[in-house]
Amino acid sequence: MKFTLSWLKDHLDTSASVDEITEALTDLGLEVEEVVNPAARLAPFTLARILHAEKHPDADKLRVCRVLTDEGEKQIVCGAPNAREGITVVLCKPGDYVPGIDVTLGIGKIRGVESHGMMASERELELSDEHNGIIELPSGEVGQKFVDWLAVNRPGTVDPMIEIKITPNRPDALGVRGIARDLAARGLGILKPMPLVAVQGGFASPVGVAIDPALKAKGCPHFAGRTIRGVTNGASPDWMQQRLKAIGLRPISALVDVTNYFTYGLNRPLHVFDAAKVKGDLRIHPAAGGEEFLALDGKTYTLRAGMMAISDEIGVESLAGIMGGELSGCTEATTDVFLESAFWDPITVASTGRALKINSDARYRFERGVDPAFTLDGLELATQMILDLCGGEASEVVEDGAPLDVSRAYKLDPARLIRLVGMDIPETTQRATLEALGFTLNGDMAAPPTWRPDVLGEADLVEEVARIASLTKLQGIPLPRVNTGVPRPILTELQVKERAARRTLAALGYNECVTYSFIDAEAAGLFGGGAEAVRIENPISSEMTHLRPDLLPGLLRAAARNQARGFADLALFEVGPAFQGGEPGEQQLLASGLLVGASAPRDPFGSRRPVDVFDAKADAEAVLAALGAPARVQVSRKVASWWHPGRSGAIGLGPTVMASFGEVHPKVLQAMGVKGPAVAFTIAVSAVPSPKVKTPTRPALTLSDLQAVDRDFAFVVDAKVEALTAVNAALGADKALIDSVKVFDQFTGEKAEAQMGAGKKSIALSVRLQPRDKTLTDADIEAVSAKIVEKVSKATGGALRR
Amino acid sequence: MDGLDALKAKYLTAVATAADESALEEVRLGALGKKGEISALMATLGKMEPDQRKAFGAMLNVLKDEIDAALRAKKAGLADATLDERLRSEWLDVTLPGRPRPRGTIHPVSQVMEELTAIFGDMGFAVAEGPQVESDWYNFDALNIPPEHPARQEHDTFFMARAEGENRPPHVLRTHTSPVQIRAMAAQGAPIRVIAPGRVYRMDMDQTHAPMFHQVEGLAIDRHISMANLKWTLEEFCRAFFEVPSVELRFRASHFPFTEPSAEVDIRCSWEGGQLKIGQGDSWLEILGSGMVHPKVLSAAGVDPTQWQGFAFGMGIDRIAMLKYGIPDLRAFFESDLRWLRHYGFAALDMPDLPGGLSR
Repeated sequence: MKFTLSWLKDHLDTSASVDEITEALTDLGLEVEEVVNPAARLAPFTLARILHAEKHPDADKLRVCRVLTDEGEKQIVCGAPNAREGITVVLCKPGDYVPGIDVTLGIGKIRGVESHGMMASERELELSDEHNGIIELPSGEVGQKFVDWLAVNRPGTVDPMIEIKITPNRPDALGVRGIARDLAARGLGILKPMPLVAVQGGFASPVGVAIDPALKAKGCPHFAGRTIRGVTNGASPDWMQQRLKAIGLRPISALVDVTNYFTYGLNRPLHVFDAAKVKGDLRIHPAAGGEEFLALDGKTYTLRAGMMAISDEIGVESLAGIMGGELSGCTEATTDVFLESAFWDPITVASTGRALKINSDARYRFERGVDPAFTLDGLELATQMILDLCGGEASEVVEDGAPLDVSRAYKLDPARLIRLVGMDIPETTQRATLEALGFTLNGDMAAPPTWRPDVLGEADLVEEVARIASLTKLQGIPLPRVNTGVPRPILTELQVKERAARRTLAALGYNECVTYSFIDAEAAGLFGGGAEAVRIENPISSEMTHLRPDLLPGLLRAAARNQARGFADLALFEVGPAFQGGEPGEQQLLASGLLVGASAPRDPFGSRRPVDVFDAKADAEAVLAALGAPARVQVSRKVASWWHPGRSGAIGLGPTVMASFGEVHPKVLQAMGVKGPAVAFTIAVSAVPSPKVKTPTRPALTLSDLQAVDRDFAFVVDAKVEALTAVNAALGADKALIDSVKVFDQFTGEKAEAQMGAGKKSIALSVRLQPRDKTLTDADIEAVSAKIVEKVSKATGGALRR
Repeated sequence: MDGLDALKAKYLTAVATAADESALEEVRLGALGKKGEISALMATLGKMEPDQRKAFGAMLNVLKDEIDAALRAKKAGLADATLDERLRSEWLDVTLPGRPRPRGTIHPVSQVMEELTAIFGDMGFAVAEGPQVESDWYNFDALNIPPEHPARQEHDTFFMARAEGENRPPHVLRTHTSPVQIRAMAAQGAPIRVIAPGRVYRMDMDQTHAPMFHQVEGLAIDRHISMANLKWTLEEFCRAFFEVPSVELRFRASHFPFTEPSAEVDIRCSWEGGQLKIGQGDSWLEILGSGMVHPKVLSAAGVDPTQWQGFAFGMGIDRIAMLKYGIPDLRAFFESDLRWLRHYGFAALDMPDLPGGLSR
């Protein structure tokens, strides 16, 4: 919302400065976004008088002038034809910045004659395009500030423009008068009375109006208008044009400018039809659907059924409360005009405006709510202004419906202010504030004014009083602690796990990413997503159309971008939500890590090698351990399609899958534009079970004094036998005696097959025996070894390697 | 007796001139070995008279100790020389780099969320969460934003697709963390103190906007919590978060459908030299929106507004992270540029806590 200071002063009797006004506006909740003060760039210039002018000794077109200024007599060389003795001029001194020529003046020497400044033309001061000579003022004293002279004589040229941000609850501040009312309530001046008029109609309006019964209850409760015939629709007066231009509107013609002037001045949008182009009466009705309508913005819209329209016998002439029609619009040739002032339902206007994507000043106001009680008064005031500016004769008012009854009242509890806000304001002040804002007080009941649709309860009364009093004055009061003493833990188990996953991954060397929750359809499809339920109806780009089913697509895209920047080795992770469906709650917290390229940079020690599945597995296991997963887990090969089928696995507990790890499927890598090798893991954080009993106490530590014995075994097995089968078999050989079984070597490939036969490999296990009550004898060790060999051979179908 | 002196001189010389450990061992065997000269003399003691044996024996023992000591000293000397020789050959270029250790980082958004948790946790606020796909009711209606309310348009909402023939309003990607207020109050009732950090979504992308960003919601409901308590809470938070001795906040009247009264909150700052300094200077920086929870919102969440009241606030996590850590561009937060992650990220062990200060 833009307005100018002089416009404000039409409604507010104030001596406050622009700074005081803008500060108060922001504090009142009408946040000032911009102030354009044309006086600022003219501030240095003062008035002066030419005492004497004579021809320059060396130039025919230049004059050397003696000029009386506030600093005494100065010599100035001037090229203007009108530079002559006795005229009052605008002086720019050395050191001043002259905006129209973008120059900061110095003391010059022009063809050998010193010049101490210049006398300006209108163009040089950006007042107009006039440059035929220097400014000659009809009045003014030497030394007077030029801006002061302008403020008195040409106020429009130095009228500061103020732009404020309007929150949706304050339609009243979409009119200059509403802004003035707030400032007056704050004490920055007095709201000037606005005398209403009633223009006597001289004839019956040839255009009648009728509201369709279907709309009377809600869409258009009240419509008023009248014809004014014999008008001359020329340009509007300068003062009006200046104000409209200052707020960024283009003056069009007097009739149109009046409607804009009322829109911004009084939040009373109006419409003018060229009465000669209207055939028959105007009918306000819901559109049947399919009607074509050429609007004033030059575009043709197709109405949907139920949209509110104003039609005559020809067809739709206006989109109610949003935009008028081109065909019945006023032009300079218009002589008879039909002036409309109506109340349109905010919701109906909003939904039509949104559906047709039309933004107009009228829509903006009607959907926030204009004053329903001002429909007729606004019509009368505008009629008077049109008669004043354009002449003509007004008809009687035609009207259908009646002003919407918005009367209501809420109890004013003066104690509520200190209870809710913590500010102590006497009851009399509270009542005075509300009255200044237009509330009617009756005992302890406060009735909001008709222009404040936002006031809908007792809390609103508190807000109004606090707002006008200024929240800046509010002093903080300590919030009492809920519990005395040391604060209690506040995080849930899942929140603690989320942190643990994140910190563990960073400790393992991964860089945390935060990638978008929405991804492109192709990537979503590759990771089992992309269903209709997770599609975004109005995506901002084709890269962000579906909620992500997994974190890996985002990490892979990030990896591709980094590879393109020349970073080949990457360790990226993300902890965040993935979405299984489009219903609230169909999301799951995942932690994913992605390793691309080599395990380490090149170095003199040969640390570098391509990342592989076992890097990913080790990191997944480290995170699982940090999350409190038990040590004994199952590893299966049941993984999703985006993993390499032979080089991936799932870590689970019974039916619960806690994590997947492996090489990313080569096709997926290619589709995502990542150059391999790439391995990854994904952990379902909430799938990791929490300990059943939560206690800080650790189980007792049992240590044996008896020395442990390590024995190594190598087995020849089929190449596809899994090591874990052998480990579990060995562990089962003697649960009391065997402390641990570790795979410490494997021998595979061509050389292995050459030694052990086609399709064979060897697995080497190290078994640690921990005696509990007596030292092991050779016989004991032999016995358990034999059992291990037997169990492993049976489970794997292999044999001890000789 | 002269014989012993000669013996002494002979062996001490031999020890001194022994070139290596094997030569030294030969000397030892010659003197102190079973068949050595000293040992042989020892063997003669048995045949001597007691007086003579005593005197000669004592002298022999002295001689034996002296030679033994010389042998040991020489042996140590030779070992040192050998080690010195080895060390002289063992030279490495220690300017070579150490073996690479990976260095991971925590994203600033995560770090700041933990900072928020540390501060508000101390003030008794728990951390609440809610779904990011929200129903229209939780995201708008329950927060006193009815359908067609102009405030809805300012939210630039992302809508989820609806199945064919589905009549309910489309679900939305939550446009703010405020729906978590409703969910938390509905689940827990009053009194309640929670913060709710998380992802939010708006259809907006330009120099300073990303279609996804992070907010933290704060909510405190009790019998007597007032807007003055809100101001104090925010002052304490800002002082702790920005790690400055003091801050000054300015409340400006504003409007949010879900609070009444509502205030935008500015913090005093200085931009001198292009560097933001919180807590001093003549500028004001808008950092959050807040207010007293609207009675309709309390009712929507099943909390009786005649019994309970309190405040709510919401602020941008990415934004306060940018302000605190001097990060210039919001969109870079979500681009995962390795250089950015390394530069603005935090070490794994930089866990914010109040006793140690939030940042290192």
